Amino acid sequence: MDAAASSQKAMVDHGDQPHVLAVDDNLIDRKLVEKLLKNSSCKVTTAENGLRALEYLGLGDDQKNTSNDSGLKVNLIITDYCMPGMTGYELLKKIKESSIMKEVPVVIMSSENIPTRINKCLEEGAQMFMLKPIKQSDVKELRCRLMKYSS
Amino acid sequence: MDAIVQLQRQFVDYTTSLYRDGFLDDQFTQLQKLQDESNPDFVVEVVNLFFEDSEKLLNNLATALQQQIVDYKQVDAHVHQFKGSSSSIGAQRVKNACVAFRNYCEERDPEGCVRCLQQLKREHYLMKSKLETLFRLEQQILAAGGSVPMMT
Repeated sequence: MDAAASSQKAMVDHGDQPHVLAVDDNLIDRKLVEKLLKNSSCKVTTAENGLRALEYLGLGDDQKNTSNDSGLKVNLIITDYCMPGMTGYELLKKIKESSIMKEVPVVIMSSENIPTRINKCLEEGAQMFMLKPIKQSDVKELRCRLMKYSS
Repeated sequence: MDAIVQLQRQFVDYTTSLYRDGFLDDQFTQLQKLQDESNPDFVVEVVNLFFEDSEKLLNNLATALQQQIVDYKQVDAHVHQFKGSSSSIGAQRVKNACVAFRNYCEERDPEGCVRCLQQLKREHYLMKSKLETLFRLEQQILAAGGSVPMMT
């Protein structure tokens, strides 16, 4: 099963309630993305920066990177691009480099529409790029695209 | 019944004017669409969070601009945050004030930045007062037993 199909499976396996990890340093944006995802029947965990996100995923520096069972298995990661410390791009790279999390789809959000930035993220394996401010229709599209291959 | 209709009309007129005068944009409508029975105070909660957060940002900005040697990267970082949040709630004029501010940060123009901060403060308080009025109207409608018109 190739990476794309297994990424789809990762979304589909949790049936109607995928568990999403949403990463954003902006408090208002975190609240907004959480509500948008919950309105699309997702379970949501939020993190305020890349380090916290990695810790939650079990990829922290002092953690044993052995399994994706941080409480509830994470089916999708959605992250802001511009964050202090670790950017969303750096977080994406760390996720794609890890043996346990690399199959999990990653979506990048940004308030800036910069083609080189977008391409860089897609090339690194991001499933989708979303322009902020995020609306319900963006999340619907996300759900649609990531469920596209489900039977 | 008349009182409710009056209030609803006031609400619609006031909301329309906020969009017309550029205080609010479509993103605010998006926020309202997210509100439901499971989260009936969602918009007020987010807006309150925004104003709490932006007070802090405004203070941080004032402090940063008062330094002997201004750290424009830091100033820009704060404005970037502010721009993000105001954009996410649909506070268009506040967002535009942030965009202008970032230009002066790039130019490393101290006077320009101070002027922008003043403008940002004005827009912030203006937005706050207008949204407070809007929410008050909503409360009055609900207290009178009516329902708040949906603005599409």
